[in-house]
Amino acid sequence: MINKISGSLEAAVVDIKDGATVMIGGFGNAGMPSALIDALIGQGARELTIVNNNAGNGDTGLAALLKAGRVRKIICSFPRQADSHVFDSLYHAGKIELELTPQGNLAERIRAAGAGIGGFFSPTGYGTLLAEGKETRLIGGRHYVLESPIHADFALIKALRGDRWGNLVYRKTARNFGPIMAMAAACTVAQVGEVVELGQLDPETIVTPGIFVQRVVAQGSH
Amino acid sequence: MQRRTRDQIAARVAQDIHEGAYVNLGIGLPTMVANHLPAEREVFLHSENGLLGMGPAPAPGEEDEDLINAGKQPVTLLAGGSYFHHGDSFAMMRGGHLDICVLGAFQVSRKGDLANWHTGAKGAIPAVGGAMDLAIGAKQVFVMMEHQTRQGESKIVEECSYPLTGVACVSRIYTDLAVIDVTAQGLVVREMVEGLGFDELVDISGLALRKGQA
Repeated sequence: MINKISGSLEAAVVDIKDGATVMIGGFGNAGMPSALIDALIGQGARELTIVNNNAGNGDTGLAALLKAGRVRKIICSFPRQADSHVFDSLYHAGKIELELTPQGNLAERIRAAGAGIGGFFSPTGYGTLLAEGKETRLIGGRHYVLESPIHADFALIKALRGDRWGNLVYRKTARNFGPIMAMAAACTVAQVGEVVELGQLDPETIVTPGIFVQRVVAQGSH
Repeated sequence: MQRRTRDQIAARVAQDIHEGAYVNLGIGLPTMVANHLPAEREVFLHSENGLLGMGPAPAPGEEDEDLINAGKQPVTLLAGGSYFHHGDSFAMMRGGHLDICVLGAFQVSRKGDLANWHTGAKGAIPAVGGAMDLAIGAKQVFVMMEHQTRQGESKIVEECSYPLTGVACVSRIYTDLAVIDVTAQGLVVREMVEGLGFDELVDISGLALRKGQA
């Protein structure tokens, strides 16, 4: 019997190695898999490359992972926010590398990795600082910039419900990066509000089919 | 002359948003435009973090941390609204499906180049978010901003001195003084506030403008 349900949050992240690239879902705090991030902090992996839209808010979740000194590099679109003080001080102290990517290019680079695309020409960012040094091409009278896929060793995402085959549904705008990150990682771990029986999720409304998900863990299970 | 307040600029932008338009209102000043869309006009508001059919802020106590806008403020969803992931959300922009986006700006150039994401100041942490995708994505890009900086310099310029967000992407500029179209023939003034003369506007702007019909 196939059972992708992990017994605990700790078990779900146990094999994330030092130096791994880890995608973390969420847009600000909506969709951020905080229970998995706390488990990752406890697990102790270091020198991580993190892919997220932001660079942490306040002192919890992603900000706590940064504060613990576990992150070498972050790939994101919008690090600076009113409450991004943890990232801000690491950045000013030269303790974290930043790869800034326009949000749509970030999303498409993630999606491309999951869809097996080796690169794509995007109009976003053409003629700006964020396209410097990148190959460009004129296609149909419009300028494009070559962008590369972002693959990850792990994706940590948050969903509303999941089943033992790894099928997921999300809640409102907490969906954001979850479905595309699930496609782009070698191992996707979904923190869910509720584990349900097979057949409980309407197949017409499953957002992430289980093929993209390796582990499902209830958010309160230790 | 009577300069338009920010609220009045927002109200003026709202006049140009037609029924049935798919619209993204950028973070900050542009969000005020929503307050001026008449209730009977059906406009689809898009938010980059994955919703169409965005409604107003919830009543106090009704906030849902899973239902937010691009500025991470709590919002509501109208009946008929929908949720989708980031890949689809930015395909809506990049793929040319949005009719209008409204953005704030530091500077707009004569050719419609937009600078609105980074001052380029030393030590400033760069953050771009969806600004570059929005700038090149919508069929029409409206900029709303004050005409001048606090120091009195024109924000409509020959060439942007701030780092660009997008090249030749702005369609129309709404300021506290005027409504100006970016055209192949240059900047065309469509409207000026009462009491402002064309020559005075050219003088304030510091570059060539053309007189157009409203």
